[in-house]
Amino acid sequence: MNKLWLIIQREYLVRVRKKTFILTTILMPLLVVALYALPVLFVKMSEDQKKIVYTDDSGYFESIPSSNSVHFKRDNRGKDALRKVYKNEGYDGVLYIPNFKSLNNDLKVEYFSDQQISVTRRESIERRLEKRIRNKKMEDAGLTQAQLDQLETSISLAEVKETMNDSGELEQKSGKGNAGLATGMGMMMGMFMYIILLIYGSMVMRSVQEEKINRIVEVIISSVKPFQLMLGKVIGVGGVGLTQILIWIILLVVFQTFALPLLGFGAAGAMPDPSAMGGVEGMDIDEVQGEAQKIMEAIFSLNWGFIIPVLIIFFLGGFFIYSSLFAAVGSAVGDDLGESQTLMFPIMLPIIISIFITMSIMNNPNSGIAVFGSIFPLFSPVVMPARLAFDPPLWEVLLSITLLLASVVFFIWLSGRIYRVGIFMYGKKITFKEIWKWLFYKG
Amino acid sequence: MSILKLENVVKTYQKHIAVNEVSFEVKKGGIFGLLGPNGAGKTSLIRIITTITGADEGTIFLDGEKLNSSHPGKIGYMPEERGLYKKMKVGEQIMYLAQLKGLSKKGAKEQIQYWFKRFGIEDWWDKKVEELSKGMQQKVQFIATVIHQPKLLILDEPFSGLDPINTNLIKDEIRRLNSEGVSIIFSTHRMEQVEEICEDIVLINNGKNILEGKVSELKHRFKENLFRIEYEGNLPSDLNAMDEANDNFEIVSNESNVLTIKVTNETVSNQVLNHLIQNGVFINNFNEILPSLNEIFIKRVNAEA
Repeated sequence: MNKLWLIIQREYLVRVRKKTFILTTILMPLLVVALYALPVLFVKMSEDQKKIVYTDDSGYFESIPSSNSVHFKRDNRGKDALRKVYKNEGYDGVLYIPNFKSLNNDLKVEYFSDQQISVTRRESIERRLEKRIRNKKMEDAGLTQAQLDQLETSISLAEVKETMNDSGELEQKSGKGNAGLATGMGMMMGMFMYIILLIYGSMVMRSVQEEKINRIVEVIISSVKPFQLMLGKVIGVGGVGLTQILIWIILLVVFQTFALPLLGFGAAGAMPDPSAMGGVEGMDIDEVQGEAQKIMEAIFSLNWGFIIPVLIIFFLGGFFIYSSLFAAVGSAVGDDLGESQTLMFPIMLPIIISIFITMSIMNNPNSGIAVFGSIFPLFSPVVMPARLAFDPPLWEVLLSITLLLASVVFFIWLSGRIYRVGIFMYGKKITFKEIWKWLFYKG
Repeated sequence: MSILKLENVVKTYQKHIAVNEVSFEVKKGGIFGLLGPNGAGKTSLIRIITTITGADEGTIFLDGEKLNSSHPGKIGYMPEERGLYKKMKVGEQIMYLAQLKGLSKKGAKEQIQYWFKRFGIEDWWDKKVEELSKGMQQKVQFIATVIHQPKLLILDEPFSGLDPINTNLIKDEIRRLNSEGVSIIFSTHRMEQVEEICEDIVLINNGKNILEGKVSELKHRFKENLFRIEYEGNLPSDLNAMDEANDNFEIVSNESNVLTIKVTNETVSNQVLNHLIQNGVFINNFNEILPSLNEIFIKRVNAEA
């Protein structure tokens, strides 16, 4: 036990003290935040307010409301006069609204400038004009502003999630639902698990190979059992992964609460959401920020007190299963790269399948395949975290965890049987048949 | 009293017999040579002794006790293919290996400081292994092997890849440890090293023990009664005739004042010597040619095949 602890310590400290670990651990969240924050920031910076002077021959535009990106100023000197002087007077362009013969559906308005106008700004201008014309048409139809306001309708779907309990009463679950958000979060969590399992799994494999190739394993195995060495390595590296994840969570929370508001937008963009991204079209930048605010609220309304511990359990479970299998492969192959590819394939396969399951169940998170995928231990480390955002039934989560833990024990045992033989096999072509035989070798 | 005793040890891998009924004994405080060509089964035997693998049959006693899991702590093993963690610092690395051998943190540190001082490498503690030359790494490896003060030291080809200076350094350390009562097993296929250091040997080929005993006795057992005479002056003219006429005596060679003769027993060699002296030949040197272990080794291995 004492020796196992020594091995865990070494495996852990050697990695945590590495410069690359410290760099990736701190830079990754920065990168993630930057990836989403920078475009928004750039847009904000490039969208400094443009000043536009306009001439209105139609008579409909007494004034045009300004936005963050465009400021409108009316001037009656006429478009030809303005086109000559706008630059000197500090304007960025001239908007000319002609006298429309009739208010049909396709009206043309002209914009004169020496610079091209950005897409978002163009939309912003168009939408302001459209809105005014629409109101004008309504007035013409005999509707008052009060009636117009009455026409505006906003419907929000209040989702109530409830299940029938044993005594036949309906039980409601709290929490605001947001399908788009759940899909985004689910995909993110699934992908995160997928990537982290692969990275840490192959880290264990490389480390086993290294020990085998430089033969230090012979020195160590004369003092500890092969199983202890393998287990110590898996636990040690798992500790590194856990440390990294915890630091990431802490850093993200810190960024969320302090850094982003400082940048001037309430955590917008830190968590992208497909529905929100889709929603950008047809809104201007101010509205996008409002939407981002809503997403953040929805994200915080998820049951993180439940999700984070469960996420960690599934990370550890998946990590132990896959990294011990990777360790077994590493012990069998040594430095033959081609061979390790062949032997890695059956381990990679379930991980890849589980990410496919995750992608396919996003539209229907409670389908049969979703339930199966989130309970079957080789898939559950990726699929269950993805489903957590959809608030799966508690019994499924508990069953999945139970099966996961049982499988951890089984796969560590299995890998240990392979490892103890493989680690001393040199210069031999390893086949699956060969590995199968190793399982039954006596000590 | 023996530090290590093997009785009819057998180890089989699938269809291949790696160790076949091997028995031998290593004297306490002795330096013992475990010899054999590549692939003879030396490493398999060592792995059994160090409890890395178990024997299929046979019994092994270490220091009078049947081999058990507490014994690796009494054994120091330096494998042929040395291995250290390249990215780890020297001090931490030896600390780790020493603690795995059961030393306390404090005890390990004291031992390391002692050995670093011995080898004059006090400033290596924070160096990474990959920054060291191969010879330097060997020193580190050696320290890691003896750090827990083992009673039995097993060295698999300890000098391979070492320059003469480091070879001597390690050799001296081995002799010193031996004089302090540590028993040593040398596994090698390089006979000239064994001849110099070992008192007893066992020769393994194809997993079987084909020869064992004291080095000096083996040499006498395999000698061919060859004598070498360095002389000055002219050899008596009847010497060739003696060779022809006598079955007990044969001139093997006679080149640049060195005469090599083969006789059936020592009295004959004395007679030849007498005859030369009486005929006015000056004798500078006279000695018996004993076979080298290398010759015995090749002879035995070829006889086996």
